[in-house]
Amino acid sequence: MNNLSKHIGIEKIETGIEGFDLISEGGLPKGRTTLIAGTSGSAKTVFAVQFLAEGIIKMNEPGVFVTFEEPPDDIRKNVISLGWDVAKWEQEGKWAFVDASPVPGEGHIIAGEYDLSALLARIEYAVKKVNAKRISMDSLGSIFGRFSDSGMVRSELFKIAAAVKQMGVTAIITAERTQEYGDIARFGIEEFVADNVIILRNVLEAEKRRRTMEILKFRGTSHQKGEYPFTVIKNVGIVAIPLSGIELKQRSSTVRISSGNTELDKMCGGGFFRDSIILVSGATGCGKTMLSTGFAAEAAKNDQKALLLAFEESREQLFRNASGWGIDFEKMENDGILKVVCRYPEAEGLEDHLIIIKGIIRDFKPHRVIVDSLSALERVSTIKGFREFVIALTSFIKHQEIAGLFTSTTGELMGGTSVTEAHISTITDTIILLRYVEMFGEMRRGITALKMRGSMHDKDIREFNIDGNGMHIGRSFHNVTGILSGHPVFTSTEEVDRIEELFK
Amino acid sequence: MNKFKLRLYVTGKTPKSERAIANLKEICEKELKGLYELQIIDVLERPQLAEDEKILATPTLIKDLPPPLKRIIGDLSNSEKVLLGLDLSPYQELKEDES
Repeated sequence: MNNLSKHIGIEKIETGIEGFDLISEGGLPKGRTTLIAGTSGSAKTVFAVQFLAEGIIKMNEPGVFVTFEEPPDDIRKNVISLGWDVAKWEQEGKWAFVDASPVPGEGHIIAGEYDLSALLARIEYAVKKVNAKRISMDSLGSIFGRFSDSGMVRSELFKIAAAVKQMGVTAIITAERTQEYGDIARFGIEEFVADNVIILRNVLEAEKRRRTMEILKFRGTSHQKGEYPFTVIKNVGIVAIPLSGIELKQRSSTVRISSGNTELDKMCGGGFFRDSIILVSGATGCGKTMLSTGFAAEAAKNDQKALLLAFEESREQLFRNASGWGIDFEKMENDGILKVVCRYPEAEGLEDHLIIIKGIIRDFKPHRVIVDSLSALERVSTIKGFREFVIALTSFIKHQEIAGLFTSTTGELMGGTSVTEAHISTITDTIILLRYVEMFGEMRRGITALKMRGSMHDKDIREFNIDGNGMHIGRSFHNVTGILSGHPVFTSTEEVDRIEELFK
Repeated sequence: MNKFKLRLYVTGKTPKSERAIANLKEICEKELKGLYELQIIDVLERPQLAEDEKILATPTLIKDLPPPLKRIIGDLSNSEKVLLGLDLSPYQELKEDES
């Protein structure tokens, strides 16, 4: 028993790859070799380079890069756009290449028995030279193509993996796969580095590419299971989005903030909570943008910062609309209390949008975040991808302990819900519905607080109208039923009174 | 006849290395007596030379001169292939193993 307790499980080293350390519950198993398998274009080489780059940047751990496929000069050039200056690290003695890439036009004649012990000697030499803590080997398929005796290559690679373990460095080996779902890798490579296997995927789904990573196994240690979306971003590299790594641990505030409309605050029992997620749902043109403009302006009144992310309208349109309601966005931006970011939903994939938004929130540190509209982002993604995006974004905002207001456009003019609502309603704290009500040949507008977590709220559906000063909420539609279902039915006032009498 | 310049890379003093050295010396003495210059490099002692020459497999014989440059991999026990690699083979119909 005493002997057993001396062994403290398997230690891990943080890779520094954002999100990955959460999914892997602390990084890669230390002193071991991990196989990274993926189809062509699945970002294997980026992962291999980033593993070393983050080691140098964040932990000051030198690394050795063994390249079997691309010549070192190609790698140096290719990763510049990801923000990594490999040549500089080489000069500083933090990075060493072992160039095992094929020389074009140069073949060899085989005249007897041979092995790859020179490669191992070169790796050991490079590790000593820079005092490496990390090794990346990219990618193994290429070496099998160059030596006809694949049995020999396999046993030599096994030797290399064993030697790496002895040197006490942590290694990753990349390998090709021919299909997204099937064998782990070609040539039975997984058999000799089978301790740890990570799979990178680049699946075509509904005409969109979706990158995911999955930790298939970490022998003797724990990790999160399943596929996690990731993206490759300029100047950053791989960023994984760890959904199950998100914890519901945010504190809850009882401090109320104003929506920018006194009547609406009253309907919500005194305003929104400071760290709540608010969903405003309604058909096109019924006042969502107005409500979010007022919500942003209210922050400025209290010397708080607001971030407005617009995916439907241009800056000019937004600024003109705001000035129509007496709100000067331009001045607010100049004062540094407002930031308006307009992007086309199609400009990026949803994962990239998420990373960019997170970056802006981190830099600008707003007190309120407004997304107008969330449903515009629906169309650039699959339903699954959209759901992951919404969950990741709301949990990030909640962690900052700030308020998030999202708008969602419903497909139908009257009644109805959108995909956005189906995915988000359970994670929101407050839902405000804006609905058209057709009455005697006229389109009128109704507003109601459907949900207000942790607070009393007005249950009425009230009429509102919009003029040059903004939104004015009036009395409730006392004698109309079926507004939310989109089929308003009018009941005479006498009838309503009679029913109320009955239930007294 | 032109002078031959040869380099043989081996890794340590293994039986494979010893065999390659013995086989090479025998072929050279028989075919190129007095016409060759041979350098034997142990990768374990001089790894940077192996790095510069991108040596993966050992033993590797490199023929620098006369041109063209040739690489022959293995313990050189197949003397026909070695002669082919050194452009000394009478059997020109033999093909190279790899392009």
